[in-house]
Amino acid sequence: MPSGLFHENYSNDERIFQTLWVKGWLWVFILFLFFGFPFIVSDLNKILRFNVLHTAILTGIFVIGAHGINILTGYTGQISLGHGAFMAVGAYTSAILMTKAGFPFILSLPCAGLLTAAVGMVFGVPSLRLRGLYLCIATLAAQFIIEFTIRRWTGLTGGTQGMFVPYAAIGGFIFDNDKKFYYLVMVLAIATTAFTKNLFRTKPGRAFIAVRDRYFAAELIGVNLFKYRILSFGISSFLAGIAGALWAHYISLIIYEQFTIHLSIKYLAIVIIGGLGSVLGGIFGSIFYVGLEQLLEVMSKELSASFPLLITYFVSIKEIMFGLIIILFLIFEPDGLAARWRTVKAYWKLWPFSY
Amino acid sequence: MVESMAKTGIQPGAEIHLSVEDIHLSFGGLKALNGVSTEIRKGEIFAIIGPNGAGKTSLLNCINRFYKPQKGKIFFEGNEITHLSPHRIASIGIARTFQAIELFKGMTVLDNIKLGRHVHLKTGIVAGGLYFGKGHREEMALRKEIEEKIIDLLEIEAIRKKVVATLPYGLQKRVELARALAMKPKILLLDEPMTGMNLEETEDMARFILDVNEEWETTIVLIEHDMGVVMDISDRVCVLDFGSKIAQGLPLEIRQNPQVIKAYLGEEDMTYSRLGA
Ligand SMILES: Nc1ncnc2c1ncn2[C@@H]1O[C@H](COP(=O)(O)OP(=O)(O)O)[C@@H](O)[C@H]1O
Ligand SMILES: [Mg+2]
Repeated sequence: MPSGLFHENYSNDERIFQTLWVKGWLWVFILFLFFGFPFIVSDLNKILRFNVLHTAILTGIFVIGAHGINILTGYTGQISLGHGAFMAVGAYTSAILMTKAGFPFILSLPCAGLLTAAVGMVFGVPSLRLRGLYLCIATLAAQFIIEFTIRRWTGLTGGTQGMFVPYAAIGGFIFDNDKKFYYLVMVLAIATTAFTKNLFRTKPGRAFIAVRDRYFAAELIGVNLFKYRILSFGISSFLAGIAGALWAHYISLIIYEQFTIHLSIKYLAIVIIGGLGSVLGGIFGSIFYVGLEQLLEVMSKELSASFPLLITYFVSIKEIMFGLIIILFLIFEPDGLAARWRTVKAYWKLWPFSY
Repeated sequence: MVESMAKTGIQPGAEIHLSVEDIHLSFGGLKALNGVSTEIRKGEIFAIIGPNGAGKTSLLNCINRFYKPQKGKIFFEGNEITHLSPHRIASIGIARTFQAIELFKGMTVLDNIKLGRHVHLKTGIVAGGLYFGKGHREEMALRKEIEEKIIDLLEIEAIRKKVVATLPYGLQKRVELARALAMKPKILLLDEPMTGMNLEETEDMARFILDVNEEWETTIVLIEHDMGVVMDISDRVCVLDFGSKIAQGLPLEIRQNPQVIKAYLGEEDMTYSRLGA
C-alpha cells in the first residue's frame, strides 16, 4: 500500500468531527449565528422578554473566559479563584492602552491578553509547591491583590470612580452598537473555541491532561511539571484577559467592583455546570448560566410589578432560586451538561440518517 | 519455555551505558540501598533479581531520580546524571515502566503512547492551537510512526482506541511498555513487566523485550521474579538482598551461586523452586 494512503487514513482518524453529518450541523449552527440569529432577535425579545442580543454577547464573552478557566481547572487540575481579577487585568489593560497610550483596539486587545497571561503566570508560580486547595487559596490572594491595586492606583485606573472605555474599532469600523459588537464577540468566541479544541489534539494539551491525571507519571515521561503548570496559567489568563477586554469595550464603563470574587466563582460555576475538561462544557455552561440569570431577572421584575408590596422578597427569591438550581444541578448532573450531551448524541447515532 | 529465544550475550569490555556507584538510600532508619554499585553495558539485557523488599525498585527509582539517594553517583553515557530532575532524565533517553502500572487510565491507549513521545515533539501552544501546517504535520507523522513502529510491534492494533482503565491487567502492562517505547529510549528500565500475567502473556512479553533489544538496540534493565524468563533472556544478572548486591554474573553462574540460593531459601518455597527450574 502506498504510504500516502496510510497518511490519509490517520488524518481522517484524527479528525475532531468523525462524520460529515456532525460537521454539517456545526456549519449550519455557525451560519445561523451569523446570518440567522441577529435577524430574529426582535422576535425572540418578545417571546423571552429579555434583551436576547445583549444576552448572546455576554454569553460569547463568558465562553471565551470559560475556555480559559477550563484549561486551567478542567484540563490541568488547578482550581483558580482569581479569574475575576484576571479578567479585570485584561479590561483595564485594553482601556488604558487605548485611552492613555493611543493604541488602536487591534493592538490593545492582544496586549491585554498577553499582559494578563504574564500576570497569571506570576500568580501561578505557587503551583510549583502548592496543590489543590492550597493553590486555590494562593489564587484567591491574586484576586485580592489585583482588586486592591486597581482600587488604589487611581491615576491609572480611576480607582473607585472607574474609567470610561472607548468603543472597539478595527480600521475605520467602529463597534458602536450591540449588533456590530455581537459579530466581533462571535468571531472571537468561535476562534478561541477552535483554538482550545485543537490544543488538546497536540503535545501541550496532552501534557496538561497528563499533569492533571497523574503528575508523577507525567514527569517520568519527560513532562516538565512546573513549565506546564505555569503555561496553563498563562493560556488560561490570556483568555480571561481577552474576555475582560471585550467586556470593557462592550459596557464602556469599568469599575473594580465588577471583577470581584463573585465573578471568579461564577466562572467556576459555569465550567462545573457545563462540564470540566470539555470544550463543549464551557459553551453549555455559559449559555445556561447567563440565560438563567436573565430569565430569573425578568421573572423577578415582572412578579414585582404585579405584586409591588412584595418587591423586596422577589429580589432575594431570585438569588435563592439561582442557588437552588445550581445545587440541584450538581446533585443530578455532576458531570455537567457536556456529559448529558454525549449520551444524547450516542442515542442519536443509532438513528438511520447518521453515518 | 522461551529457550529458543536465548541470545548470544554481550561480551565483557563492551561500552558502559549506565553505571551506579555506591548508592545509599534510606527511609528513616530503614536502609533500602546500602552501597550498591554496578555497570550496565550497552545493548545488553541486564536483570536485577532478589527477594521482595531487596531494594530493586528503589534502585530504579534512584536512576530516574524519583528517589534522591543520600550518597552515590549515577552516570549515563559517561556523564553524571545524579542531579538531573526526573523529566530531564526522561528526555536524555531513560524510559521506565512500573511495578504498579502508572498509565493515564482515563485516556485512550493511543493518547498514552503519544504522551510517551512528549520530549521529541516540538509543537508549542500557538502551533498546537492553530493546528495547521507544522502542528498538523507533526501529529500525523507521530501517528504514523506510532502505528508502524510500536502498535504493530506490540500487537495492540485492536485496542488502540480503548480507554486504558477498561483493559485487562496484562494488556495494560503492554500499553505501558508501548508508552515507554514511544520515548525512543536508549535505556529501558522495566519493573516486573510480567508480574500477574499468565504463561502466554509472559511469553509474549519476553518476546517483545527481546525484539526491542535486538531491533532497536535498546539497553534493557529488567526486574523480574519469574526465574525462567530471567535465565532465558538476560545477558547478565545482578542479585540484590537487603539493599546490597550479593552477586552478579551470567545467568548460569547466578543459578549455581550458593549465596543466591541461600538468599532465596529465606523466601517462600515457591520462589526457590522457580529459581531451580
Ligand atoms: N517510599 C518509601 N518509603 C518508605 N520505605 C520505602 C519506600 N520505598 C521503598 N521502601 C522500602 O525500601 C525497601 C526496598 O523496597 P523496594 O525497592 O520496593 O523493594 P523490591 O522492589 O526489591 O521489592 C523495602 O523495605 C520498602 O519497604
Ligand atoms: Mg519492587
